[in-house]
Amino acid sequence: MAEPAIEPIHQFRIYDLFNFGTFGGDGATGGIHIGFTNSALFMVLILAVVLGFLLLGSRRRAIVPGRMQLMTEMSYEFIANLVRSTAGTEGMKFLPFVFALFMFILVANLFGMFPYFFTVTSHLIVTAAMAVTVFLTVVIYGFYRNGLKFLKVFVPSGVPFALLILLVPIEIISFFTRPLSHSLRLFGNILGGHIVLKVFAGMVVALIATGAWAPLGVLPLAMTVALTPLELLVGVLQAFVFAVLTCVYLQDAIHPGH
Amino acid sequence: MDPIAAHSLGKLIGAGIACVGMGGAGIGVGVIFGQYLSGALRNPAAAASQFTNLLIGFALTEALGIFSLLIALLLLFVV
Repeated sequence: MAEPAIEPIHQFRIYDLFNFGTFGGDGATGGIHIGFTNSALFMVLILAVVLGFLLLGSRRRAIVPGRMQLMTEMSYEFIANLVRSTAGTEGMKFLPFVFALFMFILVANLFGMFPYFFTVTSHLIVTAAMAVTVFLTVVIYGFYRNGLKFLKVFVPSGVPFALLILLVPIEIISFFTRPLSHSLRLFGNILGGHIVLKVFAGMVVALIATGAWAPLGVLPLAMTVALTPLELLVGVLQAFVFAVLTCVYLQDAIHPGH
Repeated sequence: MDPIAAHSLGKLIGAGIACVGMGGAGIGVGVIFGQYLSGALRNPAAAASQFTNLLIGFALTEALGIFSLLIALLLLFVV
């Protein structure tokens, strides 16, 4: 049996680095606890890395780009092409939004791969906040741009009336579960991947502790090494998927009923 | 059987059953990538343009497996 010290979900613990105390409430219950947690620290670090990357890359603005500028331009072009091909030219006004989401999630996922680093996206509240922002953007912009015609998003075009009675409730359910699946996908992938990594790492420690079976510890160690690049791939892929789905949902707000 | 043991027994069995759902997601993801590969081998010129659609389909399918993983984790660590 594993010791409590190598419990795989220990890595997701949030604690205060310093706190400003609790406001309101009677001390034991209620009130708002305001503190600067390790999660907040890593969000600030991620923001600093993204800002640093983009500012450093766009500082010289040479016609023939250097390495740094090339990387910045490639990341910009990548997202710009994505938005243009999925949400159309009209969706380009959402490029800063999608780009910010993509860069934040990408850097957060890659940060999480460093040992002892906190993975911001492994908490449902963070991914849910981003998914709900996307959902509200779609709903508000959809009504703002199309008025009540936005409700056509629930009515698939070119379907016989008899089938609509069945399809419209399904479309309504699938529309309102979008923020749920959007946030759970990122959260679940990152959480699951990190737990699997730590479970195999815990097996190494447990096998070494047995003494006689210690040489067998090479097997879970090899598994950990093999899983690390897979988790890097998952991190990049999930950031991309989050951006793609944001574009697909925005496309619904721009052209409902397609 | 005392209630605490019954609780943890049900919890562990439930988490195990929840993981069966991931098999369905595995089949789905396999079908998506297999179909993409066979389509890409028939018409390699059109493959690159469908890569985004491949990833969207993959993400939508994989989410269902993640849901069952989530149920298993909830049973193990929260209930």
